[in-house]
Amino acid sequence: MILARVVGTVVATRKDPRLEGKKLLILKPVSPEGQDEAGYVVAVDTVSAGYKERVIAVSGSSARMAEGCKDTPVDTAIVGIVDEVHLD
Amino acid sequence: MFLGRVVGCVWATVKNPEMEGRRLLIVQPLTAELQETGRRLVCGDCTGAGAGELVYWVRGREASLPFAPGAPPFDTTIVGIVDSVHLGPPAGKKVKAPARGKAKAC
Repeated sequence: MILARVVGTVVATRKDPRLEGKKLLILKPVSPEGQDEAGYVVAVDTVSAGYKERVIAVSGSSARMAEGCKDTPVDTAIVGIVDEVHLD
Repeated sequence: MFLGRVVGCVWATVKNPEMEGRRLLIVQPLTAELQETGRRLVCGDCTGAGAGELVYWVRGREASLPFAPGAPPFDTTIVGIVDSVHLGPPAGKKVKAPARGKAKAC
């Protein structure tokens, strides 16, 4: 899983029917210190995350285990909203 | 499976219900020589690993198997705590390279 920040949304009218009703968000991966890292990902939101919120994103086939994503063509899903990160 | 070191932890109140009560740790992936490599990850934990501990972790669908019969959406999970890592032949032993026979015609 990676830490990421919500930086935008995606609107798609024509898509796989199993994705209908799912919120698609653009994520920017961040380091535990909060620094932006390279790249962007589009993820399905399962926890009602909002703009600029720091989230936990799961990728690969495990993303289909997120709530409501069973048997859907999803490879990245937001599964948690971060309250705090503690570095030792 | 990969080597890593636990460098922190994450608190999340709003999360997938299957993840309730599971620890989320930040892991720095390491090479076999224990050099840092790649970006830090958030991993589930089924071993009770603590801060600074050397661990090994799995990636992919298998990462949720330690939590069976539940199926939390983890794609990286710590599955073991490393006692020691040894590279090269066992100490005090000469290891012969396995003999290679001629390839048999099928």
